[in-house]
Amino acid sequence: MENLNLVLPEIFISLSIMFLLVLGVFKKNSSIITFNLSLFAILITAIITINETFSVSRETLFNESVVIDSMSSLMKIITLIGGFLVLVISSSYLKTFKIYNIEYPVLILSSILGMMVMISSNDLIVFYMGLELQSLALYVLATYNRDQLKSSEAGLKYFVLSALSSGLLLYGCSLVYGFSGSTNFDVISNQLNSNEYVLTFGIVFILVGLAFKISAVPFHMWAPDVYEGSPTTVTLFFTMVPKIAALTVFIRFLYVPFLNLIDQWQMIIIFLSIASMVFGAVAAIGQTNIKRLIAYSSIGHIGYTLAGLATASNEGIQSSIIYISIYVVMNLALFSCLLMLRRKDQYYEDIEDLSGLSKNHPLLSLCLLVILFSLAGIPPLAGFFAKFYVFKAVLEQSMFFLAIVGLLSTVVAAFYYLRIIKIIYFDKEKDKYDTDHSLWLKFSLTVSTILILLYFIFPSQLIEVVSRINII
Amino acid sequence: MNFPILSSLILLPTVGALFLFFTKDKEGNNSTAKYVALFTTIVNFLISIYLWIYFDQSTSNFQFVEDRTWIEGFINYKVGVDGISILFIILTTFITPLCIISVNNSVKNRLRDFLIAILIMESFMIGVFCALDLVVFYLFFEAGLIPMFLIIGIWGGPKRVYSAFKFFLYTLLGSVLMLVAIISIYWITGTTDVIQLYELGIDAKYQNLLWLAFFSSFAVKTPMWPVHTWLPDAHVEAPTAGSVLLAAILLKMAGYGFIRFSLGLFPIASEVFTPLIYTLSVIAIIFTSFIALMQEDMKKLIAYSSVAHMGFVTLGIFTLQQQGIEGSIIQMISHGLVSAALFLCVGVVYDRMHSRMINSYGGIVTIIPKYSILFMLFTLAALGLPGTSGFIGEFLILMGAFKDNFLVAVIASLGVILGAAYMLWLYKRVVFGKLVNEELKNMFDLNRSEYLILSCLAVPTLFFGFYPDPLINTIEVSVTDLINMHNTNIASK
Repeated sequence: MENLNLVLPEIFISLSIMFLLVLGVFKKNSSIITFNLSLFAILITAIITINETFSVSRETLFNESVVIDSMSSLMKIITLIGGFLVLVISSSYLKTFKIYNIEYPVLILSSILGMMVMISSNDLIVFYMGLELQSLALYVLATYNRDQLKSSEAGLKYFVLSALSSGLLLYGCSLVYGFSGSTNFDVISNQLNSNEYVLTFGIVFILVGLAFKISAVPFHMWAPDVYEGSPTTVTLFFTMVPKIAALTVFIRFLYVPFLNLIDQWQMIIIFLSIASMVFGAVAAIGQTNIKRLIAYSSIGHIGYTLAGLATASNEGIQSSIIYISIYVVMNLALFSCLLMLRRKDQYYEDIEDLSGLSKNHPLLSLCLLVILFSLAGIPPLAGFFAKFYVFKAVLEQSMFFLAIVGLLSTVVAAFYYLRIIKIIYFDKEKDKYDTDHSLWLKFSLTVSTILILLYFIFPSQLIEVVSRINII
Repeated sequence: MNFPILSSLILLPTVGALFLFFTKDKEGNNSTAKYVALFTTIVNFLISIYLWIYFDQSTSNFQFVEDRTWIEGFINYKVGVDGISILFIILTTFITPLCIISVNNSVKNRLRDFLIAILIMESFMIGVFCALDLVVFYLFFEAGLIPMFLIIGIWGGPKRVYSAFKFFLYTLLGSVLMLVAIISIYWITGTTDVIQLYELGIDAKYQNLLWLAFFSSFAVKTPMWPVHTWLPDAHVEAPTAGSVLLAAILLKMAGYGFIRFSLGLFPIASEVFTPLIYTLSVIAIIFTSFIALMQEDMKKLIAYSSVAHMGFVTLGIFTLQQQGIEGSIIQMISHGLVSAALFLCVGVVYDRMHSRMINSYGGIVTIIPKYSILFMLFTLAALGLPGTSGFIGEFLILMGAFKDNFLVAVIASLGVILGAAYMLWLYKRVVFGKLVNEELKNMFDLNRSEYLILSCLAVPTLFFGFYPDPLINTIEVSVTDLINMHNTNIASK
C-alpha cells in the first residue's frame, strides 16, 4: 500500500478546489467567502506539506511516477506561499475592476495544484498532466479582466505560444520515450547514455519547451505582452509562481533523465543563460511601462538562475534555488509598490507615473529604492547575495566567460534600475496617490522589504534549508 | 579586549541614521536632525581617537580583531586594524562631522535625508578600512555607491543626473571584475580571510589575472588615468559635503586597497605590473596637471588636481620602498585634509556668489581677508610647500621613486612644479588682482561654522607638516612588515 500521506497536500487542495467551485456556484455573492476559504485551504496545504513531506529525503509513489524529496517539498512550500500572498493582495485590485469573482481563487488554486504535480513528477506523463493543468488555469487568468482588450490579447497570445511550446515539449518527450522505452525519469536516466543525434533532438525539444515556460531568451517573446496585458495581480502571479515550478522541472529534467548527457545540454543552457542575461539587460532600457520592464528584468533574472543550472553541480542547483527564492521576495515587494500607485480607482503603471514619488510618499519610495538596488544586485541587499551564490557556483566550475558576461550584464541592468530611481528621487513630483491601502498590501511590502534589507544579517538560514537538496 | 569596538564604530553612524529617520522636525527647521547627526559623528570620532591611543604601534599584527561566523563554512565577518588602516579610519571619522557642520548653506531641501545618507556612507567607509575578509571588504566597498549616488543625484547641481549615473556605472563596472577575482581566490585557496591569505600566498600562475581584476576596480576608484573622467563630473555636480567625502575618503579606498590587497596578496604580479602603474601614474601627474591649468571652474580644477595627487599616491605605493609607501599613506591623509578644505573653500564663495567660475572672482582679498588667509594656507598645502603635510607625502614618495627608478622620479618631480603653477594661478586669479565685479563687495567673511571647519582642517595640516612623527610611527612597523613579506615572497619565487 502506498503511503498516501505524502500526496496529502495535492489531495487536499484538489478537494478544496471542487468544494469551492460547488460553493461558488450554488451560493450567491459568495466571492468573499470563497476568497477567504481558498486562503485557508492554501495555508492548510502548506502546513500539511511541511508536516508530511518536509523530513522525507526521497520517496517515490505510484509506480515511481511521483517523487517526494527535499527539493519538491521546499519548492511546493515556496509555491504555496507565493500563491497565498498573491491572493491576499489581489482583492482590492480586483474590486476596483469589478472582477472580484469566485473564479479567481479557484483558478489560482488549480494552477497551484498543477504546479505541485509538476514539481513532484518523476514521469513524463505526470509531468505533462501537471503542466497542462497549470497552463490552462493561467490562460484564463491572463484574460481575467475580459472587458479590457489588452487582457484578452494577452490571454490569447499566451495561449497560442504556450500551446506551441507544449507541442514541442510533447514531441521531445515522445522522442525520448522512443529511445528509452519508458516514461519514468529514473529508467530514462539509466537507458540514455548514447550520443544519437535523434536523441539530441528530443532533448533540444524538451529544453525549448521548458525555456518557453520560464521565458528564457530566445523563447521569451510572449512575456512582455502577456505581462503588460494581464491584470497586475495576475502578472505578479506569472512572475513568481509558475517560474518556481518550471525551474524545478527544469532541474529535474536536466539532472535525472538527462544526467548522463551533460555534454549535450550544457552548451544549450549556457547559451540560454547568457542570451537571457544580456537581452534582459539591454531590452529593458527602452521600456516605459513598468510591467513590461519587469517582464524584461525577469528574463534577465531567469538568465542568472540558468547560470546556476549550467554548472552541473549541487552547488549550482542550490544557488539557483536561492536565487529564485530571493527573486520571488523582491518581485513581491516590487508589485506591492506597483499596486499602491492608485489614484481614485485608477492604477498607474508607467514609469513616468513614479516621477518625484519621494516628495509625497517618502516611505514607499524608500522601499522602492531598496527593492530596485536589490534587483540591480548592489550589496548589502539580498539581490547581491543571490547573484553572489550563483557566481560562486559558476566560478567553482571555472566557467569564467559565463561569470564575466553575467556580471557585466548586471552593470547594464543597473542602468535601467537606476533610471527608475532617478525618476523617483530626482524628478519633479506629480499628484499624490491614495494611501488607503489594504493592510495585507502594506504588510507584504513591509515584510518583503525588511527581508531584502536585512538578509545580510542572517544569510546562513536560507543556505541551510537549501543545502538539503542534493539531486546529483 | 572583548568589547567589539570596531563593529561599534561601523554601526554607530547607521544607528544614528535610524534614529534620524524617526525624528520629526518642523517644516524648515532641521536643527534637531543636525545635532543628532553631529553628536553621532563626534562620538564616533572620539571612539576612533580612543582606538588610536590604545593602538599598539610596535607590532604589525592586526589589532582589535573581531571574528564571527557569518555565512556558515564560507565567510567570516572579520574586522581589525593595523597601522595602515587606523589612520584612514580616523580620517573618516574626522572629516564626517566637518561635513555635517558644513551642510548649513549648501543643502537647502531635505536636510534630514541628506544627513541620513552621509551617516550611512560613514558606516560603509569605516567598514571598508576595517574589513579583513575580501567579501566583507567588497560588500562595504560597493555598498558605498548607494548613498553617494543619492547624494550626487538628489542634492547636486544642474547636470547631477548624468554625473550620478556616470559615477555609479563606472565604479560598478570596475568592481564586478573584482568580485570574479574574489570568488576565484576562494576556489583557489579555500578562504577569503586576508590574514590567512597573507600566510598562504596565492599561486604565482594566477596572480597576474587576479591582480588585473583588482586593478580594474581600484583604478576606477583612485581614479587613474584614463578612467578618471567620472571624477570631475561627480565633483562638480555634487554638493559641497558630497565633494568633500568623495575627495577626502572615497578616493582613499582605492589607494588603501592597492596597499592592502594588490601588494599584500599578489606580490609577484605587483612586480610585473609596476611599469604599467608607473606609466599611468606619470601620465596622470603630468597630463591632468596640464588639464587642471586650463580649467575655468574651480571645483573642476581641484578635481583634476586630485587625480594628479592620486597619481603620486599610486606611484609611491608601487615603488615598493619604505619611503614610497609611507609617503603615499601620508599623502593620502594629507590630501584628505587639504582637498576637503579646498572644496569647502570653493563652497564658501559659491554659497555667497553662486558661481564656481574663476573669472567671476578676483580681488576679494581685501573684502574677505580671513577667508583669503585660510585659502592661501590650503593652496600652499596642496602644492606641497614645506611645513605643510602635503610636503611630507610628496617628498617621501619622490624619495622612494628616486631609489627605484630615476627617470620616473624626475618626470614626477616636474608634476610638483605644475602643481604649484595651477594652484598658485588659481589663487592669484580668485583672490588677488582687480575687483572684477561690484557685487563681490557684498560678500561677507567666514561665519563661525565655516571658520571652525577650516581651522579644524588647518591645524592638522600644519601640525603634521612640521611634526609627522605620530603618523609615521603609526604606519612604520606595518609598512616595514609589508615590504619584508613582499621581499620574502619575491625571493622564494
